[in-house]
Amino acid sequence: MFFIQLRDLFKSYGPVRALDGLNLKVPKGSLYGLLGPNGAGKSTAIRIICTLLAPDSGHVEVGGRDVLLEEKEIRQRLGYVAQDVAIDKILTGRELLQLQGDLYHLDSKYKRKRIDELIQRLDMHEWIDRRCGSFSGGMKRRLDLASGLLHEPELLILDEPTVGLDIESRSVIWGLLKELRKKETTILLSSHYLEEVDELADEMAIIDKGKVIASGKPDDMKKELGGDRVTLRVREFSDEAEAESVRKLIRNINGVSNVVVNQKQGYSLNFLVKSNDVISNLSSHLSKENFEVFALSHSRPSLDDVYLQATGKTLMDAELELAGKRDFKLENKKSMR
Amino acid sequence: MITTNPSIPKEKQSSNDLNQKLQEISALTWRLFIQLIRRPSTLFAGILQPLIWLLLFAALFSNAPIDFLPGSSSYGEFLGAGLIVFTAFSGALNAGLPVMFDREFGFLNRLLVAPLSSRSSIVISSVIYITTISLLQSFAIMATSALLGYGWPSLGGFLLIAITLLLLVFAITGLSLGLAFVLPGHIELIAIIFIANLPVLFASTALAPISFMPEWLGWIASINPLTFAIEPIRMAYHNSVDLNLILINAPYGDVNGYSCLAILFILTIGLFFLIRPLLNRKLA
Repeated sequence: MFFIQLRDLFKSYGPVRALDGLNLKVPKGSLYGLLGPNGAGKSTAIRIICTLLAPDSGHVEVGGRDVLLEEKEIRQRLGYVAQDVAIDKILTGRELLQLQGDLYHLDSKYKRKRIDELIQRLDMHEWIDRRCGSFSGGMKRRLDLASGLLHEPELLILDEPTVGLDIESRSVIWGLLKELRKKETTILLSSHYLEEVDELADEMAIIDKGKVIASGKPDDMKKELGGDRVTLRVREFSDEAEAESVRKLIRNINGVSNVVVNQKQGYSLNFLVKSNDVISNLSSHLSKENFEVFALSHSRPSLDDVYLQATGKTLMDAELELAGKRDFKLENKKSMR
Repeated sequence: MITTNPSIPKEKQSSNDLNQKLQEISALTWRLFIQLIRRPSTLFAGILQPLIWLLLFAALFSNAPIDFLPGSSSYGEFLGAGLIVFTAFSGALNAGLPVMFDREFGFLNRLLVAPLSSRSSIVISSVIYITTISLLQSFAIMATSALLGYGWPSLGGFLLIAITLLLLVFAITGLSLGLAFVLPGHIELIAIIFIANLPVLFASTALAPISFMPEWLGWIASINPLTFAIEPIRMAYHNSVDLNLILINAPYGDVNGYSCLAILFILTIGLFFLIRPLLNRKLA
């Protein structure tokens, strides 16, 4: 059974198409990862699910309810931890949680009990009665998480929850998410950290340019690649023509598949091999055409390989590419109501 | 329609619609008052400027002839009403700033994701807060004015002052909140507040009667909402409060007390209907 269903979702900000026919199904009780660079459309999809934004077209269901028709019911059931932590600097952490409890109409006794539980669980007791303006990034994020969990939501949505955090804060948050997963809370986690999605997610989707381009269980997606990943350089800095020649040579070797020229990384070649024997014989194949192995690395398939296979570039390259095109004015307008 | 969280037992949540609304309005209003208690400079700054004006301007014209101003024995007495209204006006004009900061820094999104029984609770809490502050500041000016010997209104006069200030504060608060949702950031809002404040004051009867003004300025002053608040308050300081009396000799005709209040009331309702679609669009 699916707790979240997005069908043919479109959303544009002027000429910029943020969602381009997004389709997504999140199983109930799962921890579902959304992986993609900044600007891929993850936050836009999340804001629509959280009823902060209306799509231009498409259908969105949460817990069997239409997001556009039953907003209040959906808001009761979800907790949202936004990408940018929004806290009131003048209030103390406890006062912020009390405000949150009142906005969710909790009675005072239950509210106090939940606040105490979360302070304990997220290890906030030393600083919870200080003003929020004095908190570090990790403290703010833990407080934000506590406020998202205060009313025991059926669905917890986290948008880049560990960006810029220290290791301890990240570990606390990961630990809590794993606990919540055991209690069958449905969790939707958006991240551009591969290791986070790999570590936490039961299932995931890769989003690029407003669409889901691959989805499934992380381990299955890695296995589907069909082998270990190899990165080969025949020279320190190659060129397009040479890389293309090597590509044509390698792809005909038995046991090699999915040969891709990685332009961003000095025209290195990325490909998959079925076994270690293929790698051992690589040098002899190359020498027949007067190529030699300048550098070779070999690794088990990772989510970065899955991403590379699906999009033709690594996640880091995608981030860098989009970073140059960022429109901060538009991003500010998107986040402001 | 009442909504409750199915994860939490019903007895641990407010399930009555009115209780829900009261709970969220109280919480949002209390948040604003906590900010004020911890940063009281906003409250004092709103009193300090008109107070300085009261002391300096009154001193400036203290040797003016006794019949210098119509109906008043001194300039300080004349000025008092103007500054009471100006204080309330300035306070209300700043109503949009907290909302603008919440918009800009993402706190508004936190409120909008919550299952508020009505999103008008956000606006109502701002109105309650700003009305309280503006009235407190105005009454502080009234008290200072009394200490300086410029008089204190009767009970009827006090009631008239409260009603007049309430109408003006509601109208200007609505305008400020509307601007907070239309403008792109707090810098633009502060710029508008900064530009609007003094010209609106000078183009009213706060500092001088219409009879002192050139015709073009007289026209502006006689349609300025501040004038419709100032003149009833000026009358409130007299011994008998009579709203039938002509309070404004405008270029277009005479305006009595009832008309002043009616105009303020229409302005309040008009601004409310003007910003309502905007608030519905932004908060829906």
